[in-house]
Amino acid sequence: MSSHPQHQHTGSCQEVLSHLNDYIDGELSPELCQELEAHLAVCHNCRVVFDTLNKTLYLVHQLRENPPELPETVEYRLFAVMNLEQFVPRKRK
Amino acid sequence: MTGLEIDLDIYPDEASLVEALKRGDPEACACMIKQYAPRVYAIAIRMLNDPDDAEEVLQETFISACKNIKKFEGRSALGTWLHRIATNAALMHIRKRKHREVSLDEPIEVHDGDDIYREVQDWTFAPDDHAMNSEVRDVLEKAIAELPETLRTVFILREIEGYSTEETAQILGISISAAKVRLHRARLRLRQILTPYFT
Repeated sequence: MSSHPQHQHTGSCQEVLSHLNDYIDGELSPELCQELEAHLAVCHNCRVVFDTLNKTLYLVHQLRENPPELPETVEYRLFAVMNLEQFVPRKRK
Repeated sequence: MTGLEIDLDIYPDEASLVEALKRGDPEACACMIKQYAPRVYAIAIRMLNDPDDAEEVLQETFISACKNIKKFEGRSALGTWLHRIATNAALMHIRKRKHREVSLDEPIEVHDGDDIYREVQDWTFAPDDHAMNSEVRDVLEKAIAELPETLRTVFILREIEGYSTEETAQILGISISAAKVRLHRARLRLRQILTPYFT
């Protein structure tokens, strides 16, 4: 892994970044939206934070449709606890 | 096909399934479990980070659902109702843990301008190029598991379970502003954790 460049954000960067969440959620006032967008247009580092944050959320939202696999043994025990063993195929009991 | 082989098409719609559940039809119960258990387990394992605790929550959720199904009025979808039961059960487990990192109710400090902001390495991939393959999924699940519990619970409820910020705050018994702060921190922290994998 390459070393991480360290960027000391200016006060303006700090303020912009503190509003990123509201911006992403569409909860930022139009005036602040304009300020933030103007800043992102000229500040490479803030734009990187914004872009990678969006990519992060894009990936995470895909997890909604892809739940982790339910282990078969866990499923069997659940059916047993619920007294539903009759629904367990005989070969798998 | 893995798991138990149950015909999910016995009940033509959710209303029929709920009706059968209220009658105490065991086949309906099996059908509900088969249909919703993966997502209930997903909530539990993500929130608790512990397979044994997650299994307990899974069982508690369906035992509670069958016990209380007559109270289900259909104002929400059955899945939503089950998710809420599972979420509450998982939160109960978290609160019972003796050695948790930070209490769910404990406020967290925010330091604007900390390392999260200063680390600005760009990612070299475009998400569209990445189908949700098992490798990306594993990386994401591990990254979420690395989040501190206080941040993780808010993040999961808001970003994966799809609750609004207001609902998330209500479920966790925290203020809306606290939920927003935690979500902000969680998103940035997750981005930071994922950066080495995608650069």
